[in-house]
Amino acid sequence: MDTDLTKESIKRAPENKIIEIDGLHKWFGDLHVLNDIHLTVYKGERIVICGPSGSGKSTLIRCINRLEEHHKGKIFVDGIELTNNLKNIEKIREEVGMVFQHFNLFPHLTIVENLSLGPIWVRKVPKKEAEETAMVYLEKVHIAEQAYKYPGQLSGGQQQRVAIARSLCMKPKVMLFDEPTSALDPEMVKEVLDVMIALAEEGMTMLVVSHEMGFAKSVAHRVLFMDFGRIVEENTPDEFFDHPRHERTKLFLSQILH
Amino acid sequence: MTESQKHSIQTTEGAPVIRIGALQWVKSNLFNGVFNSILTIVMLFFLYKVIPPFVKWAFIDSLWLSSAAQCRTVNGACWSIIPANIRFIIFGFYPHELHWRPFLAMIMLVSLLFYSKNRNHWNKYFGYLWLAGLFIMGLLMKGGLLGLTAVESDQWGGLPLTLMLSFFGMFAAYPLGVLLALGRRSKMPAIKTICILYIELIRGVPLISLLFMSSVLFPLFLPEGLTINKILRAQVAIILFTAAYIAEVVRGGLQAIMRGQYEAAESLGLNYVQKMRLVVLPQALKIVIPPSVGILISAFKDTSLVVIIALYDVLKTTKATLANPSWMGFSPEAYIFVALIYFLCCYSMSNYSRRLEKELHA
Repeated sequence: MDTDLTKESIKRAPENKIIEIDGLHKWFGDLHVLNDIHLTVYKGERIVICGPSGSGKSTLIRCINRLEEHHKGKIFVDGIELTNNLKNIEKIREEVGMVFQHFNLFPHLTIVENLSLGPIWVRKVPKKEAEETAMVYLEKVHIAEQAYKYPGQLSGGQQQRVAIARSLCMKPKVMLFDEPTSALDPEMVKEVLDVMIALAEEGMTMLVVSHEMGFAKSVAHRVLFMDFGRIVEENTPDEFFDHPRHERTKLFLSQILH
Repeated sequence: MTESQKHSIQTTEGAPVIRIGALQWVKSNLFNGVFNSILTIVMLFFLYKVIPPFVKWAFIDSLWLSSAAQCRTVNGACWSIIPANIRFIIFGFYPHELHWRPFLAMIMLVSLLFYSKNRNHWNKYFGYLWLAGLFIMGLLMKGGLLGLTAVESDQWGGLPLTLMLSFFGMFAAYPLGVLLALGRRSKMPAIKTICILYIELIRGVPLISLLFMSSVLFPLFLPEGLTINKILRAQVAIILFTAAYIAEVVRGGLQAIMRGQYEAAESLGLNYVQKMRLVVLPQALKIVIPPSVGILISAFKDTSLVVIIALYDVLKTTKATLANPSWMGFSPEAYIFVALIYFLCCYSMSNYSRRLEKELHA
C-alpha cells in the first residue's frame, strides 16, 4: 500500500486529549479481558491496535462507546466521564462513530435511510438536510448510485463503505473501527481501506483494530500490541515493525507477516 | 470487481424449458407407481361418493325462499332458514326497526379496514379518520344523541358484536402484547417479573375461565351499585388474553434480531425508545407476521366463547334461531352459513397478511 500520507505531528498537549483511559479493568466471568489499560488519544491521532484473538482489543474499543461496561478504572471521552449515566453515554455515542466487522447496516431501510436515521433522530436535523448530507458522504465513499437500494443488494465491501458513511453522517469526533476488513472477501479489502485512508487524510481521529499491517504502516501514528488483556508494546509503526522489543510481539509479527 | 465485469459474467443461456402434455402429466403425477395409482383410485372413488350427493342436497333438491313447512316436504337443503331469519342471525335482539344503524356501522368498519389496506393512505389524517369513524359507529350502535333512539348495550348482538369484540380485541391486544414482550426482555427486574407473571398466568388459564371471572367474580369486588358493562368486561378479558399470546410471539421475533443491530443503533446514539421503534421492532414484527396473524385469527374465532356469559354473538343467534320449533332440524344449513361468515373474515385476514409479507419483502 503506497500512500504519501504525511504524518503531521500530533500536538500531545493536555487540551488536545480526546480519549483518556486510566487503569481500566474488565472481566468476562473469571476471564480478565482487560488488565490495567492506560491509553491517551489526542485529536487527529490514528492508532492501530493489533494482537492475537482474545487479547481484548475489540473489547477495549467497545468500552470507549460503552457497548461494553468496564468494571474498574476511568474512561473520559471529550472530557465526559463514562459512567452509568445514560445521558452521558448517549452524548458520547453521538461523538464517537463505530464501524463493525459485520457492517450491521439496518436491513429494513434503504442506504440513504440508514445514513440519515442517526442525524434525524439524534441530532434533530431536518429530514431533507439529513438526506443531502447522506448523499455527500455516499459520494465520498463512491457509492452514491446505490442510495435507494437495500443493504442486502450490496456486496460486502460496498456495505462496509456504507457503514463508514453512516457513522460519518453523525459528524463524529472519533471513529472506532472493529476489524473492518476481516469479514470481507480479499478483493474487497482494498476499497474499504482506501476509504479509511481518505478519512485519515482529512485528519479524523481513528482507533482501528486490524491486522492490515500495510494500513498500519502507512496510516498509523502509533501501533499498540495487546495480549492477555494488556497493552504489551506501543510504538511508532516503523519501530514497531522493524524493531519489536518483546518476544511476544516478535512471534506475533512473524506469524502475521509470514 | 467493476460493474461492467459483473454484467459480463451473467449467463446468456436460459434454463431448458420442458413441455409435457396433459396425459403425460397425469401419468407422471398421479400414476407413477403402484402405491400412487392405488391412492389416486381410492381418492377418486371417495370424491365420487361425496360430491354428487352433496351437490344434489345443496343445489338440486334444495329450497331457497320457502316457508319452514314447505321445507319439510323435500329431501334437499332448506336454505330458506337463512333469508327467513337473517335479521335475527345478524343483529340479534337489536330493535327491529333500527337495524339500519348496526348495518351502517358494520359497513363503515369494513370500508375503513379496506381503505387501510393500502399503506399509502397512512398519513397524518389517517388517525383522525379512524377516530371519527369509530365515534360515528359508536353513535350508531348506542344512539341517544342527535335524535337517535338510545339502544342499551345488552340489546347488542349478532355479527356487529362479533366484529366489535374481535376488532377491538386485536387492535388493543397487539400493542399491549408488544409492550409485554419488551418488558419481558427488560433488564429491570421489577418490570421483567411483572411481565413474566402476567404472561404465564394468563396463558395458563383458558379464555372461558377469564370470561367467567370477568362476569361472575369481578362484580363481587366492585362496590355496591357500581356496575361495569358486560360487553366491556368481556372485551377486556379478550384483550388481556390475546395480548399474552402476542407477547410471546413478538418475543420470539425480538430474539431473532442480531445483537449487531442493537449495537449499531446504540453506537449512533439512539435512545432505547428510538432503537426499538426505528430499528428493532420493524424487523422483529415483520418476522412474526405469520404467527401473529394466526393468533389474531384464533382470537376472532374465540369471540364465540362469549355465549357462556350470555352475550349473543353471531353463533349464538344462529343457535337461538334453531331453537325456534318451526325451524328446528335445519342446523346443517344454518351452521354452514355461519361457517361461511367466519371463513370469509379469517380468509381475508390471512390473505392480507400474505400480501403484507410480500410488500415488506420479509
